[in-house]
Amino acid sequence: MPIRINRVERGLPNDPRVSLLDFLREYLGLHGTKKGCNQGACGACTVLVDGERILSCLALAVQYEGRAVTTIEGLAASGGLHPLQQAFIAHDGFQCGYCTPGQICSVIAMVEEVKRGVPSHVTKDLSAETVPLTHDELRERMSGNLCRCGAHNGIIDAITETFAEAAQ
Amino acid sequence: MTPFTYARAVDAVDAIRLASGIQAKYLGGGTNLVDLMRETIERPSALVDVTGLLSAIEERQDGGLLIGAAARNTAVAEHIAVRTRYPMLTRAIVAGASAQIRNMATVGGNILQRTRCAYFYDDDGSRCNKRQPSQGCDAIDGFNRVHAILGASSSCVATHPSDMCVALAALDAVVHLKSRSGDRTLPFTELHRLPGNRPEVETVLEQHELITAIELPSLPFARRSTYRKVRDRASYAFALISVAAALELEGNTVKDVRLALGGVAHKPWRAWKAEAALRGQPATDHAFRAAAEAELADARPLRDNVFKIELARRTITAVLSQLAGVDA
Repeated sequence: MPIRINRVERGLPNDPRVSLLDFLREYLGLHGTKKGCNQGACGACTVLVDGERILSCLALAVQYEGRAVTTIEGLAASGGLHPLQQAFIAHDGFQCGYCTPGQICSVIAMVEEVKRGVPSHVTKDLSAETVPLTHDELRERMSGNLCRCGAHNGIIDAITETFAEAAQ
Repeated sequence: MTPFTYARAVDAVDAIRLASGIQAKYLGGGTNLVDLMRETIERPSALVDVTGLLSAIEERQDGGLLIGAAARNTAVAEHIAVRTRYPMLTRAIVAGASAQIRNMATVGGNILQRTRCAYFYDDDGSRCNKRQPSQGCDAIDGFNRVHAILGASSSCVATHPSDMCVALAALDAVVHLKSRSGDRTLPFTELHRLPGNRPEVETVLEQHELITAIELPSLPFARRSTYRKVRDRASYAFALISVAAALELEGNTVKDVRLALGGVAHKPWRAWKAEAALRGQPATDHAFRAAAEAELADARPLRDNVFKIELARRTITAVLSQLAGVDA
């Protein structure tokens, strides 16, 4: 069974040591997903698997056989920009841009987690069915994506604007 | 990474069969194992992927829950029965790692993750009795601010890194196991070992014995429970000290209590002595502090982690005080 990358079926590497990150970058030439720490600490390699955010550096590609992976390249339809990408530009959500693809993929899944009612470390009422998307919630939920340029405030602004209906 | 073969198990029997006779390791989300393999600290010749095994979270007749070992950490944390009946478990899980890692990590893998002791990871430069038995431990006389204060030995002062496991220890969880010799269950608090002179042996599991599920017994007063983690950053850092606690009051008297600590020992530390000291006592800060003292009387600090004793004392007291002030 192949793996689907941005809606295209691809054959998996024969060597099970190949991480999903290296598969994307070195085998498929999808360089949008970045290799930061390569040990699960920075979030630069975040991609979506069946809509869930994961770290592709800690994933073996073979583990994701039959699954649907979405990278930054597959986020927007027909070569344009996703509204969140546009908002990152408008709010200076980056300087060097290295963490940006991971940040953006992370946000897309994070918003779905909030809609589903997944609690976070700062959620006060665990029994509530809905979680308010406050600044504190955003900061906590995005803590797995580091930005060494210090663009976090712009990132939070970009998220807040794009998902205004969910934010408070 | 050392070469290995990869196979995906369809069920627990298949997993054990696939792992037999070789230097195989079971693979969950890979968030710890893949990293350790990349560092060549783990060198299995085969990986048996067990993420396709039981992942359901089921109600049990006795009012408890049975959580499949392949359940992802996020799935456990967000489950409404866990959030409402065992809130300390949700709190512990969401205090750990990042959302991405919680989406990948399985319950079984979380339990069997290895210490983040920097000397354990430093394969090229440091001695470690876990990595290489009888080699010596560079943490004992090294920079040991994050290391153990309870139950350590002259062989190893590493801590168990999991948050989730601290809640499981407090909740009297039961581990369901399967091996070639059959099925068995084990109290969660008896799964992990203290280091003694064999720190490389971290659990009582037999070779290729598989964790299939975690059972949470019914514990009605766990509705009044929480988890507090003290760490160097506001988010995404391992615990210096963590406390999982549930409190049952009768009037202003402590009828029952569950208490476990993280960041203090080679295993998730159930605070039996504190619990015993607290039952039947008035629910006051004085009694909470005395209970903490009872547990921490055995603490043996290293050069850099004396602060953990007072930090544990204060965190235990604060958490119990918080629970005493909250209506169930």
